[in-house]
Amino acid sequence: MSYLEIDHVTKLFPATEGPGEVCVFRDVNFKIEQGEFVTMVGHSGCGKSTLLNIIAGLERPSAGGVVLEGREIRHPGMDRMVVFQNFSLMPWMTVFDNIRLAVRAAHPAWRRAAVDQFVQRYVDMVGLRGAERKRPAALSGGMRQRVGLARAFSTEPKVLLLDEPFAQIDALTRGVIQDELVRMWTASRSTVFMVTHDVDEAIVLSDRVALMTSGPEARLAELIDVKLPRPRSRAELLDDPEYLRLRAQILRFLVDSARPASDVRAGAGFGASKTPLAPDAAPAPTSLAGMTSQA
Amino acid sequence: MRPDRLRVIGFSALLGLAFLFLWQALVGMQPAGRGIPGPLAVAATAAQMLAHPFYNNGPNDKGIGLQLAASLGRLGIGWVVASVVAIMGGVVLGLSPTLYRAVNPYVQVLKPISPLAWMPLFLYTIKDSSQSAILVIFMSSLWPTLANTAFGVATIKRDYLNVAAILQLSWSRRLVTVILPAAAPAIVAGLRISIGSAWVAIVAAEMLIGGTGIGYFVWNEWNNLALTSVIFAILAIGLIGVLLDAALGRLSRRLAYTE
Repeated sequence: MSYLEIDHVTKLFPATEGPGEVCVFRDVNFKIEQGEFVTMVGHSGCGKSTLLNIIAGLERPSAGGVVLEGREIRHPGMDRMVVFQNFSLMPWMTVFDNIRLAVRAAHPAWRRAAVDQFVQRYVDMVGLRGAERKRPAALSGGMRQRVGLARAFSTEPKVLLLDEPFAQIDALTRGVIQDELVRMWTASRSTVFMVTHDVDEAIVLSDRVALMTSGPEARLAELIDVKLPRPRSRAELLDDPEYLRLRAQILRFLVDSARPASDVRAGAGFGASKTPLAPDAAPAPTSLAGMTSQA
Repeated sequence: MRPDRLRVIGFSALLGLAFLFLWQALVGMQPAGRGIPGPLAVAATAAQMLAHPFYNNGPNDKGIGLQLAASLGRLGIGWVVASVVAIMGGVVLGLSPTLYRAVNPYVQVLKPISPLAWMPLFLYTIKDSSQSAILVIFMSSLWPTLANTAFGVATIKRDYLNVAAILQLSWSRRLVTVILPAAAPAIVAGLRISIGSAWVAIVAAEMLIGGTGIGYFVWNEWNNLALTSVIFAILAIGLIGVLLDAALGRLSRRLAYTE
C-alpha cells in the first residue's frame, strides 16, 4: 500500500447557471510515496487546487477518496499542512505569533518558553530574524510566503500541500524561496504535493509531475518522472538535455490540452486559441500543429 | 504637523469665535432680563458649576459632576451588558447563514424602534425607574453591535477559517485567536455607533424617570427657568459624547489591520 493514495477521485460542483452539476475532474487516480515531491500541472479550471483542498480535508470528493497511511481523509488535520497562494497569514498577528499559533496547536502541552524557542528556530530558518514583530502587511510577498512556509514546516506535518505557493512572488525572489523550500523539505523528509502553473518550477522541484487535461471533466493524463539528480542547480539545469526534454514535453502537453471548446476559461492558460501558440518562455518547438494530444 | 492642519485649526477657532460674538451681539439687542442668555452669562454659570461639581444638597440640588457621573454609570452598565450580549449573538448569527436569515426580519423590525418606546413596559414589569433607564440604554446599544458583529463574522475571509480548521483549533481558541480579531474592526464600529445612540437616549430617558442624571438635570433647570444651566449642560453632553467616541476611535485604530 502506498503512503498517500488519491483513489478515483471525482469532483462535481453545482452549475452556476441552471440546474445540474458540472464535473470539474473525473476519476483522478495516483499514489504518492513517503518523502516524495509530486507536482500537478494543468490549466486554470482543471481543478488542481480543488484536488489539493480535498487532500487537505477542506473539501469532500463527490466520488472516490483520499487515503493517507491506510486511513481515509475526511477532515482537515495537523498531519497535512497547506501553504496558500495568498499566504493566508493572520493579518492582525505578528510574524512570530502567526508561526506560534501553529506550533501551539501542534504541541498543546509545551510550556511557553519551549514553544517560543521552537518558533524562533523556524523564524531563523527562513531568514526572518529581526522581522518577528512585524505584521504581514509590512512584509513583501516573498517574506510573507517565508512565514507561510515556516508556519507549515513548524508543525512537522506528514504531508505538505502547496497551492501555487510562488505565484504571487516576483520572479527574482521566487528562485531563492524555492531553494529554501527544497532545503526544508530535504531536512524534514515530509511528503509534498504541489499544484502550479509554472513548468520550470514543477521540474526543478519535483520527483514526479502529474499532468491534468483541461476542465471541465479534466482527467489525469500522465505522470512524468523527473530523473534529474539532486541537489539541482538552476544554472546547470538550463543546459541539461533531460531538463529541456521534460520542459518541451510538458509545455507541448499544455499547449495541446488547451481545448478550443473551452476557449474562454482556458484563456488564462498557456495557449487559448485554436492555433497552437508557443508560450513566450518556451524553447519554441518547431511545429505544434497536427500534434496529437497525449491524453 | 502638516501646515494644512494649522490652517484648519485657525479657521475652526475663527468660526467658533465668530459664532460667540454673533450670539452675544444678538442677546445684547434683547430687552434686559428676557430671552436667551448670552455666552458670557453661560460662562459665568459654568465657572460657578465647575467650581463645585460634586456638591450634594439633597435630591433636587446636586453638582453637575454628580449628575454626569450618574448618567455615565447607567450608560456604562447598559452598554457593557448590551455589548456582551450583542457580540455573542452576533458571532452565532455570523457563523450560521441559516440562523442569520431566520433572525434578520425580527432584527430589522426591532432596530428602528426608539429605545424610549420600551420604557412603559420596563416600568410596568420591573417597577424600578433607574433600572428601566438602564434597560433603555441596553435596548439602544444592542442592535448596532449585533448587526455589525454578525456582518463582520459572516464576512471573515474563508482562508483564515481554513487555517483554523487545519490547525484544529478548539472552539474557544478559534473564537479568541481568529474569529474575534478578524471581525474586530466591524465589531468596534458597531460599539461606536451603540455608545453614541445610548448617550443620545440616556438624556431623554432621564428626563422621564427623574431623580439623577444629566437628562434630569436639564429638565429640572428648565423648570427652574435657569437657562444658563441648561445651555451649559447641553455643552457638557456634547463634550462627553465626543470623548466617548474618541475613546472608541482609539480602540478601533488599535484593532484595525491591513490584509
